[in-house]
Amino acid sequence: MAKYIIKRFLMMIATILIIATLTFALMHTIPGSPFDDERTSNPTIQANLEKFYKLDEPMHIQYLYYLKSIVTFDFGPSIKKPNESVNELLARGFPISFELGMVTILVALLSGVTLGTFAALRHNGIIDYTAMTFAVVGISVPNFVLATLLIQQIAVNLEWLPPATWSSPLHMILPTLALATGPTAIIARLTRSSMLEVLTQDYIKMARAKGLSPVRIVVRHALRNALMPVVTIMGTMLAGILTGTFVIERIFAIPGMGKYFVESINNRDYPVIMGSTVFYSAFLVFMLFLVDIVYGFLDPRIKLHRKEGDA
Amino acid sequence: MNERKKKEKKMISDEKVLQVNNLQVSFRTYGGEVEAVRGVDFDLYKGETLAIVGESGCGKSVTSNAIMGLIPQPPGIIKNGHILFKGKDLTKLTKGELRKIQGVDISMIFQDPMTALNPTLTIGEQLTEGLRTHKKIGKQEAKKRAIDMLKLVGIPNPEERLKQFPHQFSGGMRQRIVIAIALICDPELLIADEPTTALDVTIQAQILELFEEIQRKKKISIILITHDLGVVAKIADRIAVMYAGKIVEIGNKREIFYTPEHPYTRGLLNSVPRLDLEDEELQPIEGTPPDLFSPPKGCPFTARCDYAMEVCDHVYPFTNKLSEAHRVDCWLQDERAKVIKNSDRVG
Repeated sequence: MAKYIIKRFLMMIATILIIATLTFALMHTIPGSPFDDERTSNPTIQANLEKFYKLDEPMHIQYLYYLKSIVTFDFGPSIKKPNESVNELLARGFPISFELGMVTILVALLSGVTLGTFAALRHNGIIDYTAMTFAVVGISVPNFVLATLLIQQIAVNLEWLPPATWSSPLHMILPTLALATGPTAIIARLTRSSMLEVLTQDYIKMARAKGLSPVRIVVRHALRNALMPVVTIMGTMLAGILTGTFVIERIFAIPGMGKYFVESINNRDYPVIMGSTVFYSAFLVFMLFLVDIVYGFLDPRIKLHRKEGDA
Repeated sequence: MNERKKKEKKMISDEKVLQVNNLQVSFRTYGGEVEAVRGVDFDLYKGETLAIVGESGCGKSVTSNAIMGLIPQPPGIIKNGHILFKGKDLTKLTKGELRKIQGVDISMIFQDPMTALNPTLTIGEQLTEGLRTHKKIGKQEAKKRAIDMLKLVGIPNPEERLKQFPHQFSGGMRQRIVIAIALICDPELLIADEPTTALDVTIQAQILELFEEIQRKKKISIILITHDLGVVAKIADRIAVMYAGKIVEIGNKREIFYTPEHPYTRGLLNSVPRLDLEDEELQPIEGTPPDLFSPPKGCPFTARCDYAMEVCDHVYPFTNKLSEAHRVDCWLQDERAKVIKNSDRVG
């Protein structure tokens, strides 16, 4: 197990390095520079600025500085907001994005699995049809459309919930709803279909023949096996939800990382682009790693490590 | 060996563990109603092994599932009949009452040990959960019983094996575990649905011997569902031959093997490959069983029967009692039917 984790960890570092390099290359192929829109700046000031941010150095030297900043996790000050460092921006924005993302995942998992399970148990019944209709709608409607609709109906017309910003649990409800609907629908569909398959398995019949209660059969025997495909897509879904938060954060005026991320690209704010990309990719790669570990716990047949005597 | 056999014979008592009367099971599908079991009658005595044989789709498994209470309703429906287990009608019980019998008094062994065990739970948990649900005993005691059961079915190092998962066992071992699970609550009736079909021939013999040993030790009654006549010859006391949802012939093992009366039973016996007759070709029963969406009015075997008569097409034959145990549903038994030549008989 330890060996596997170390191996995976090294792979993670390699992955992050590749992403970082690609980001660096892409960033510098975009035409323009951070100082394009500052009309007042004269050549001397611009040269001094470039010198300060080491943009006058040759590309490979810049790349080395960049690698150093990744290793030390110090990306220096932002170009557009010189009085704030990239680390400070991340420290302020990330917890909010993380909170929104995690609440969304939790809501999506709980409601998706519950919905999918009940749909499977009442196969071709009213619950099944309702849940699956909801799922089709949930998958088809993009989250930004849903977000605007929610704001208009629930916040503006009915005035039940606040329309934007991020200051109390009440403020969390609408953005979470907007963000979680799609993943909930996907999880519900997946759970339903794999549950339907699992319920026809011999070991379920055997559990029935043991005279176990229906609840125990579903929870203990069926659900764990039915959740395998859900866990599999969790990794990619996490990526989707986290990038989805950028749009939703924009619509709901949530001061998360999305705002800085998008702005930094438009402004060619190199340190912020690099910092947030590396941070995000490190986070995602770590999440995928967690998913793999969970997988091994859910299904003992998946071997994370080779034991003696095992084939 | 001989001594063993005598003991075995003695164990069968007159006490009826199970009585199945006129059992009819159907399944509602989009294409219509499939009459899977169309009136099955048999009794099962304490300590006896009854084999139910027949082709695929003849209703063997549906019969056993109905006894076990495992017919999914819907689409299945028990249209008629009674299943009396020690005087209690299983078809009339609620699901909750049924669960108190399932796994405790009646338990079941499934065909494929590769799929019958839950891949994500340890053997120990799968062995003890029934016990702990029904007998309300503690973890340690349950574990002790589980270890005893694994010893009984012949699994070495039971203490360590309890912590392992199904994929760490071979097919034969898994079937032993399935048997251990079925026996852990001391059932009086064991239904084995093709317990050896998915196993190697060498393992088959071991498992069959295990059945005999367990029956000697625990004095349980066994219903053995199979289409393997070799298995039947080895461990059955009585044999019921099913065709198109009905028992067409039932009798002691000797009666069925040496004096089969139904043409279908004879066909089954003739179609078994024999090692002693070299250049002999296999003799299949031509044709296929009837469509159970609309079963024939008369004898369902008519279309495939070499001795079919006019009456067979229209009226289902009466049940003829040939001996205490031997019953057959066939018009050939009627006095008016022509006598079959002796050379046609198997012997």
